[in-house]
Order: sequence, then structure tokens, then C-alpha cells
Amino acid sequence: MIDQIIFYTLAFIIVAMSLMVILARNAVRSALYLISALLGFAALYIRLQAELLAGVQILVYVGGIMVLFLFVIMLVSVRTMEHQARQTRQWKAAVVIALGVAAELIYLIVRGGSIFVTKQPPDALLTKSQNTQVVGEALYSTYLLPFEIASVLLLVAMIGAVVLAKKKI
Amino acid sequence: MITTNHYLVLAAIVFTIGVIGVLTRRNILIIFMSIELILNSVNINLVAFSYLLKNVVGQVFAIFVITVAAAEAAIGLGIIIALFRNKETIQADEIDLLKW
Repeated sequence: MIDQIIFYTLAFIIVAMSLMVILARNAVRSALYLISALLGFAALYIRLQAELLAGVQILVYVGGIMVLFLFVIMLVSVRTMEHQARQTRQWKAAVVIALGVAAELIYLIVRGGSIFVTKQPPDALLTKSQNTQVVGEALYSTYLLPFEIASVLLLVAMIGAVVLAKKKI
Repeated sequence: MITTNHYLVLAAIVFTIGVIGVLTRRNILIIFMSIELILNSVNINLVAFSYLLKNVVGQVFAIFVITVAAAEAAIGLGIIIALFRNKETIQADEIDLLKW
């Protein structure tokens, strides 16, 4: 019962905030709604016993990426955009098609859900104190090569961002 | 009882909201935020299956997804700044230099 209350509250927060992200007129408000949605995701991760991921989500997304977003929103002029139309011309067709895709997805999940093992999730994936340790061990042993490639990717992204944002290339 | 299906449906809904945002909004920054929503909805799937299957790999891949999202945000925002410097606009449909 308490599980359901927690899940539906978080799901409501996430869906409502996500909707506000794409409906808000002002980009700054959009970013703030997105921060709320991301915090909801983090709470959901904690409920799924992925504590490390919840921390990473808050640190990287809310602390890093969204601050970057807000900086850029403040850099480009926000005021001039508010009088113009928000949507592209094809927005009606886009909404219809996206809702069709969503209906298919949800139909597949609901009807085909039994091919996943849909019994109640096992109680303890990992005891709580071990989550970080287990993820870290997987990251540094089995997934060492992807981990290193990810670090190279971050280096490339950093250099790329510096080059792109320079005044004269 | 909250099953994995609940998480999958929630992820599908958030994914759709992100897709609608990408397809309908004109402001590039909001398009970028919608892409972040899409990436996060994928993460929910990964973590839900990680919880269901008692397997930590899903969480590891979710961390990789967050890494890629960070790299993408850095590059994308750099592109937006360069674009704004040259074109004085961040409306997606006004940027049509490559359109024939």
C-alpha cells in the first residue's frame, strides 16, 4: 500500500513536471520544471534500490547539466522569444504521431508484459550498504573498457565544447 | 503491488512527452531538455530491469547513459552558443542554412 502511494506520487510528479517542461512558455521555467522532474527520477531510483545512481543523477544532472543549461539560457536572450509562436507548424501531426507511438508502446507493455517476469520484484537486489560497492566493482572489472571509452568521450566532448564556444575558430 | 510493468509504462509516457517536445517546440534549448527527458526515461527502464533481475548491469549502463547525456549537453550547448553568435536566433525552424 505504502509502495503504491509512493510510486503513484512520484509518477504524478514526474509526468506533470515533464509536461510542464514542454508546455512552459519561458525557457527558464522549463529548466526549473526539468530539475523537479529529475529529482523525481532520483527518488524513483532510490525506491528501486539504486542509491548510487540516485546520487549520480542529482550530482551530474541537477548539479552539472542543468546549471549549464541555465547559463546558456541566460546567455542567449530569452526576452525576445516570448512573443513568438512556441510551436512549429507541424505540431498537430507531430502530436498525433507521437501519441500513436505511445499507444503502441503501452499496448505492447500491458499485453506483452507477461513475457517479462512480472512477479513482484525480489526484495533485496543488493543490501543497501553494498550498492555502491557492487556497482563500482562491475564498473572497474567487467566494464573497465567501456568505462575508459566513456572517459575518452568526456575528454572529446570537453575539447569540442571549448572549440565550439571559442570566438574565432 | 507495483510491478516492473508500472515502471515501463511510466517510462513510455515520459518518452512520449519527450518526443512531443522534440517535434513541436521551436526553441532549441527546450528541444534539448526534451532529449534529456527521453534519456531519463530509458534509464528508468534499465534500473527497473536491474531491480527485477537482481543484476547490477542495468545500473552500470544507466551510469553510461548519464555520461553520454553530459557529453551531449556540453557539445549541444556549445553548438547553440556558436549558432546564436552567428544567426542571432535559437528558433529551430529559422535555422535553415542547409535547406535547399
